[in-house]
Amino acid sequence: MEANTMQAYDIVIVGGGPAGLAAAISARKSGTERILILERDGELGGILNQCIHNGFGLHTFKEELTGPEYADRFIEQVYALHIEYKLDTMVMDISEDKVVTAMNRTDGMFQIQAGAVILAMGCRERPRGALNIPGYRPAGIYSAGTAQRLVNIEGYMPGREVVILGSGDIGLIMARRMTLEGAQVKVVAELMPYSGGLKRNIVQCLDDFGIPLKLSHTVVDIEGKERVKAVTIAQVGKDRKPIPGTEERYTCDTLLLSTGLIPENELSGKCGIRLNPVTKGPFVNESMETNIPGVFACGNVLHVHDLVDYVSEEAGRAGEAAAKYVQNGCCEAEDTREPISLVATDGARYTVPSVIHPDRMEDLLTVRFRVGAVYKQAYVSVYFDEERVMHQKKKIMAPGEMEQIILQKKKLLEKPDLRTITIRIEED
Amino acid sequence: MQKRELTCIGCPMGCQITVELEGEEIRSVTGNNCQIGDRYARKEVIHPERIVTTTVVVTGGDKERCSVKTKGNIPKDRIFDCMAAINRVSIAAPVKIGDIVLKNVCGTGIDVVATRNIHKI
Repeated sequence: MEANTMQAYDIVIVGGGPAGLAAAISARKSGTERILILERDGELGGILNQCIHNGFGLHTFKEELTGPEYADRFIEQVYALHIEYKLDTMVMDISEDKVVTAMNRTDGMFQIQAGAVILAMGCRERPRGALNIPGYRPAGIYSAGTAQRLVNIEGYMPGREVVILGSGDIGLIMARRMTLEGAQVKVVAELMPYSGGLKRNIVQCLDDFGIPLKLSHTVVDIEGKERVKAVTIAQVGKDRKPIPGTEERYTCDTLLLSTGLIPENELSGKCGIRLNPVTKGPFVNESMETNIPGVFACGNVLHVHDLVDYVSEEAGRAGEAAAKYVQNGCCEAEDTREPISLVATDGARYTVPSVIHPDRMEDLLTVRFRVGAVYKQAYVSVYFDEERVMHQKKKIMAPGEMEQIILQKKKLLEKPDLRTITIRIEED
Repeated sequence: MQKRELTCIGCPMGCQITVELEGEEIRSVTGNNCQIGDRYARKEVIHPERIVTTTVVVTGGDKERCSVKTKGNIPKDRIFDCMAAINRVSIAAPVKIGDIVLKNVCGTGIDVVATRNIHKI
């Protein structure tokens, strides 16, 4: 490809879902002119377009919106701010020096030199192949998100008698959705001893319709050669292995899988971005910047969220930081002190961000994390090196619900020798 | 005195709420962190309500289906009646968010409105 065909943009955003939209808007409002969103789908909005249920936007807009309505609030701003975007466009590569290679049907293959790149590719569902379920491979097995797209966008019902494996939010939402459309959802089986979804979704998607949730259960057999005919589930022990004699067989024509989401980081990995093995997303600093200066990450490509409101807020920070980077260049030289590492341990699984440059942080910084098990009446403790500075009691914490703490810049500036901030869960 | 334990569905916090009541008279609501929880709990124990979201058929648009919602809560025991009524509706593109696709669904006094834009083709 010849160099003179290469276009230049201040900021290229990979992905036009909730993260990409919020990042673009905030970058524009921070003064960046040439912004381009590259979106793989035929419309902006990402996964929100198929999330037709309500419950979005309570934090951001103080009202309860459906997914498409929430997306539209941001899409309208993108239009009003004249932010450029390309649909049906697949990004193939991002180089370390921020050359973005993409393709679509009208432009063919093309390259863009970006001043900064914001990764907002989102995540994808764990497929059946990743689950090691025995049995045949008949038709009728869908990821919950695929079924959601079929029902809500295309208007097709994947089946009439349904078993769901995994109690992630999409699975719970689809249990209700399929029930409303006349299907019989027989059971939701969850491998873990707790649900991976939000509590309110268990109430309004399962309890409301009398759909049983079987914790510590998994699928041990799928019958049917052409089409699913029956699914057998069994209880699992502490080792998560099926307990012989606990098998229950459910006749059904459909098995939905809602067993977890994985950030989509193939592009990030290829360009040398360091990924956190816990989140499967990039390590980022307080500015949502990866280890490659000028490459930022936000939304579900960074870590999987339960609430889109938090995605928008984080993406806004990434957009603002990218705009600053484009305008001022890298600020490493101006740092007056060593960065502070954030460590999650004793029940806390990870933190986002994972490193803080106190000079660059805003007055308040939200640090998000997840716990690895269900905790009741436990404490979130924050240590500045060896000193405990926060000890906050929580009625309940669960892996399915993201937790957060807020750090104050002035507190960090008071401690010039601070090297490590540790978050741990303490029972007493 | 009767005690009901609820999980609030007002927002994703999912507060655990305890309602104490005598017959239909509510004596106390505890465990909620905001007014939404209080309102939810008082309604839930006497007369539970839900918002229903689904889709309707669209003709002449750039999409086959348009997502819709009941503009307010409807009685929980009317959900399936409302679904049946909504499933009989077909609308023509263009559609704008907020357009009424079905007035006063099943006599609940609540309209069903579009939740996405559909362009005409």
